[in-house]
Amino acid sequence: MQRIGVFVCWCGSNIAATVDVQRVADAVRSEPGVVFSVDYQYMCSQAGQSMIVDAVKEHQLTGLVICSCSPRMHESTFRKTAQLAGINPYMVEIANIREQCSWVHKDIFIGTQKAITLAKAAIAKVNLNTPLTSGESKVTKRALVIGGGIAGIQSALDIADAGFPVDLVEKEATIGGKMAQLDKTFPTLDCAACILTPKMVDVAQHENIRIISHAQVEEVGGFVGNFHVKIRKKARFVDESICTGCGLCTEKCPQKKVPNAFNLNMDHHRAIYIPFAQAVPKVAIIDPDYCSMLKNGKCGVCAKVCSVGAIDYQQKDEIIEEDYGAIVTATGYNPISLEKYDEYAYSLSKDVITSLEFERLTNAAGPTQGHLIRPSDGKQPHTIVFVQCVGSRCAANAEKGKEYCSKICCMYTAKHAMLVRDKYPDTEVYVFYIDVRTPGKSFDEFYRRAVEEYGVHYIKGMVGKVIPEGNTLKVQASDLLMNKQLHIDADLVVLAAAIEPDRSARPLATMLTASMDTNDFFTEAHPKLRPVESPTAGIFLSGTCQGPKDIPETVSQASAAAAKVIGLLCKNTLKGNPCVAVSDEMMCNGCSSCANVCPYGAITYESKEFRMPDRTTRMRRVAKVNPAVCQGCGCCTVACPSGAMDLDGFKNQQIMAEVDAICK
Amino acid sequence: MQTVTREQLLSKAVSLLSSGTVNRVLGWKKGDFAYDVTPSVFETESELQDSFVYNIFCSANFSKYLISETQKEGRVLVFLKPCDSYSFNQLLTEHRFDRERVYAVGIPCDGMMDTASVKALAPDGLTHAVRDGEQLKISTLYDGETSFPFAKVLPDRCKLCKSKKVVVYDEMLGTNGDITDAPRFEEVVRLENMTEEERYTFWQKELSRCIRCNACRDVCPACTCEKCVFDNPASGVENKAIDDPFEEKLFHIIRAFHVAGRCTDCGECSRVCPQSIPLHLLNRKFIYDIDRNYGEYIAGAEEGLRAPLVDYHTDDPETDAVMEGGQKQ
Repeated sequence: MQRIGVFVCWCGSNIAATVDVQRVADAVRSEPGVVFSVDYQYMCSQAGQSMIVDAVKEHQLTGLVICSCSPRMHESTFRKTAQLAGINPYMVEIANIREQCSWVHKDIFIGTQKAITLAKAAIAKVNLNTPLTSGESKVTKRALVIGGGIAGIQSALDIADAGFPVDLVEKEATIGGKMAQLDKTFPTLDCAACILTPKMVDVAQHENIRIISHAQVEEVGGFVGNFHVKIRKKARFVDESICTGCGLCTEKCPQKKVPNAFNLNMDHHRAIYIPFAQAVPKVAIIDPDYCSMLKNGKCGVCAKVCSVGAIDYQQKDEIIEEDYGAIVTATGYNPISLEKYDEYAYSLSKDVITSLEFERLTNAAGPTQGHLIRPSDGKQPHTIVFVQCVGSRCAANAEKGKEYCSKICCMYTAKHAMLVRDKYPDTEVYVFYIDVRTPGKSFDEFYRRAVEEYGVHYIKGMVGKVIPEGNTLKVQASDLLMNKQLHIDADLVVLAAAIEPDRSARPLATMLTASMDTNDFFTEAHPKLRPVESPTAGIFLSGTCQGPKDIPETVSQASAAAAKVIGLLCKNTLKGNPCVAVSDEMMCNGCSSCANVCPYGAITYESKEFRMPDRTTRMRRVAKVNPAVCQGCGCCTVACPSGAMDLDGFKNQQIMAEVDAICK
Repeated sequence: MQTVTREQLLSKAVSLLSSGTVNRVLGWKKGDFAYDVTPSVFETESELQDSFVYNIFCSANFSKYLISETQKEGRVLVFLKPCDSYSFNQLLTEHRFDRERVYAVGIPCDGMMDTASVKALAPDGLTHAVRDGEQLKISTLYDGETSFPFAKVLPDRCKLCKSKKVVVYDEMLGTNGDITDAPRFEEVVRLENMTEEERYTFWQKELSRCIRCNACRDVCPACTCEKCVFDNPASGVENKAIDDPFEEKLFHIIRAFHVAGRCTDCGECSRVCPQSIPLHLLNRKFIYDIDRNYGEYIAGAEEGLRAPLVDYHTDDPETDAVMEGGQKQ
């Protein structure tokens, strides 16, 4: 029999105003197992806690019930108190009489009744509590960062600087991501390449970082501290360790008509190419879809001109297997496809472009060497219309587009408009917007400069239709403030396309058993208090894979994720949550129901010999829970048909006892 | 028309046994009366010749027996009717036996009688019942021989057969059938359309006859737990004397929940019930709900199927779409 102490907290007037705390303490005194009960103003204070410690000693308590705020708030506090008093921390139960009681009731009688009921339920549970101890597992001191954009680069650098080896996996041939394609960055207008490429070089030169480019994660096993990952490094047909990046091959290759993805297919490169001048690793790559040597065995020019013999037409995909203690996802974003947006004539006219295409057009390293010209005829545009929120902030039931705000478009559009007016002052620039959203340091000032200093025409309203007619684009729009229809003859229309998570994120999330929201953004463990962690232990989120964000925010989040990783890798062993599922082997049918519903892949099966009650020996398939992976969600205990699966700390019997106590 | 005969099954069993393909045969053993047929394990040809029987009373679903039979040495031959094959797949999905230790021979079926149905036709002095073409011939001590149209006197579960297709086998005897579109949920819909009181009265009347013999559980191919919750004192719902008139309902409700999504609708529960309680209706209600909410699903149609109740899709209906009493809330 337990000796239970009940401690009822006033929480100042938070609880005491709607719950008669003294009555609660009196009412539970006669409950089974209760030997002591008391109420106090602030149970979590130093004085409150020492009151608990003293009571444990004086009344030889074996279990504690704290009637206070939500366990999310102070469960760990009172567990520590219990430990201090010399009893197992898992002999503590919290009855939440604040968030779930005093805060939601106005009537003190009802509030008190409910508080008593909640306290009785907690007492019934503690009567069945058993001491629990956490298991330990070793930590592999190496991190994997998936995605080599600015987010992945920052996370990798921070982790590596702390002294831990990092593998940076990038699916493209070079790291750099979207930021490498940008021209200038808001709100300072410094050039993206100038601030990014030195970081890329840092990554390449860092002794703790290994870049695995042109590669994809193929399989993830294990759990926090002990992930086992298979990475497929795709053949690039060039030996990375030999290629000097001299670029001779990329000039001699006879196949000149390969769309240049880095320039968003606005120009061409050869079948063997280096994505851009500052690429890291600066190594050539052959596009097997265009190379005639790889397609029909004829050519071989690149191999002939390569002075170091780096070309290897026989190169095969390579599988790299490695163990990691932590994984950072930094898979980034893409602008949405504008195929369905015929009202903006994106697929009908070459002069309707996306903002990312605009970045390449104004970039000195872009297809036009930074001259802003119309893709159709190469002439300089004199009237440019920017359309914001293309596919962002759509109605939930709309047939296309995203419900969310893509967050970065207002700022980059202001930047684009400003750059145009700065370089070509004779150009008329219109920006159509729903709202202009500029929360961020120096952001609103930046936008106002566009309007006030640069004379950009900001018009509240949306563009209804863009009609290509001869050399012009007829833009029909409404001005909501003036309440009139506008017709503008534009030379160039720039669409601020919504951004969405990269396609590779969804299959990756499945491999990692990391949860995602309906838009395929990774979900954080807590939207406010744990924003860079996935609910799956050991998985950390960096950059736009978690939600739309700009560069400053991405970098902060990347460093935050790195800090979390460093905190994890600093530990030699990890203490698990002892409230994990356990399977009673004698009752297990081996039916796999539990494994099928386990969101964390914590359950495996083994065939074992069992001595049966009738003294025969039988091979039986039984479930085995890996306590380091189990998060204690309890799905398996519900799915198990025989009741073999149970959750320590939340045993079926304990839950039933709580329900019984409430229904009594 | 039954397309396989006892002789066909017997010669198949004998040849598989003598060639060493199988070591044992799971079959039906004849008893004193025609309707008195017992599932049995035959180990020799002479045992088979002596007492192996195949007639219109061979309803027993053998799949569940495989759990214990496959624990023994060698391989076992099992005859699977369409119903049984669904249970067979479901048990394989749940890893309840080793497929390698079974040789499955599929046999077509167009309905099986059970003792209760045939006794309903001739309550007293039943001596013999045999199928002759489309007719069921019954002999009694007092009235001699009477004929009934076979299809009309079949028990409900065969009249409303969901599938005449054997879905898994190593070898098929006779011709395989197809999935039917029998209106098997009509009775469920009738119950759903009742008022709460009417429905309560219906189940009260049916379930209060329950004597807790556990036959339904023991025969059910989905009830294969190593230790049933009703036999486990720690579960809180273990067998005990009924001290509350609601308790027998609780037993059946818990059982229906436990087999939800795993029940293949083989109807064995209702067949073996000595009190003729239409237990299959509870399970069929679950199947109907699953079909309506998550799309048509027949447990055991394929090995390894993920049952909708233990599978999650983002387009699964939310609770506000769940029907109560057949009505959308």
